[in-house]
Amino acid sequence: MADPMKIRATAKDGVVDVRVLMAHEMESGQRKDAAGKLIPAWHISEVTAALNGTPVLKAYWGPAISKNPYLSFKVKGAKAGDKISVSWVDNKGDKRTDEATVS
Amino acid sequence: MNRSRRQTLQAAGGVGLYGALVAIGLLNPATVSAQAFDAAAFNAKTLADTLKALGAASPTESKDIVITAPDIAENGAVVPVSVKSNLAKTTQISLLVDKNPNLLAGTYDILAAAEPDVSMRIKMGQSSDVMALVKADGKYYMTKKEVKVTLGGCGG
Repeated sequence: MADPMKIRATAKDGVVDVRVLMAHEMESGQRKDAAGKLIPAWHISEVTAALNGTPVLKAYWGPAISKNPYLSFKVKGAKAGDKISVSWVDNKGDKRTDEATVS
Repeated sequence: MNRSRRQTLQAAGGVGLYGALVAIGLLNPATVSAQAFDAAAFNAKTLADTLKALGAASPTESKDIVITAPDIAENGAVVPVSVKSNLAKTTQISLLVDKNPNLLAGTYDILAAAEPDVSMRIKMGQSSDVMALVKADGKYYMTKKEVKVTLGGCGG
């Protein structure tokens, strides 16, 4: 199981700004190891964000997203106390879900 | 006779180029990973192919999409980019990097309550145009911004 995500969600004027920092290697599949062999790609392929259980954003990522990915997005009509949950799946089938409360 | 010889040579040349690209690691068949999302879009290597795989053959240029990215990125492994769309009914935002081995960096489906404003950090192999493709009200729009990279982010 991968390390937990850091999620910050702050409400301002009816719009919630959600910032997520995930811990993932995001190997591009372009690099070579010491023996000259390509290191296979290993990256998060899907990210889903939900507000109080309703999906609000779905992201599909390729290997061109940086290591330890950062994602931020905005959600309308949410208020302090609402629950934001973010989950990701990588191309090896590993997954992780974390939840945060809007402040 | 001459014609067929030329065609044969062209075909052979094509195979040779592909082989060379595989050999130097530009094309890597092993990276073709199975994804729920249309993997073809992530594996396409030209702008035209990527747009086709995304279903947006000829997007319209639009000034209503704002890409926020540095003019000069010191480290190509971490380039902060945000895309904001001011178009009504934006349902999808995709980010493409023109000179990366695979152009598509990410696609975001904007569902119900989310605003079409996302930020992320991407890898860039070299200085290139960063393009945002936005689907709004069933139509595709795009805009681009040049980012100069002083240190590449793909490869070792």
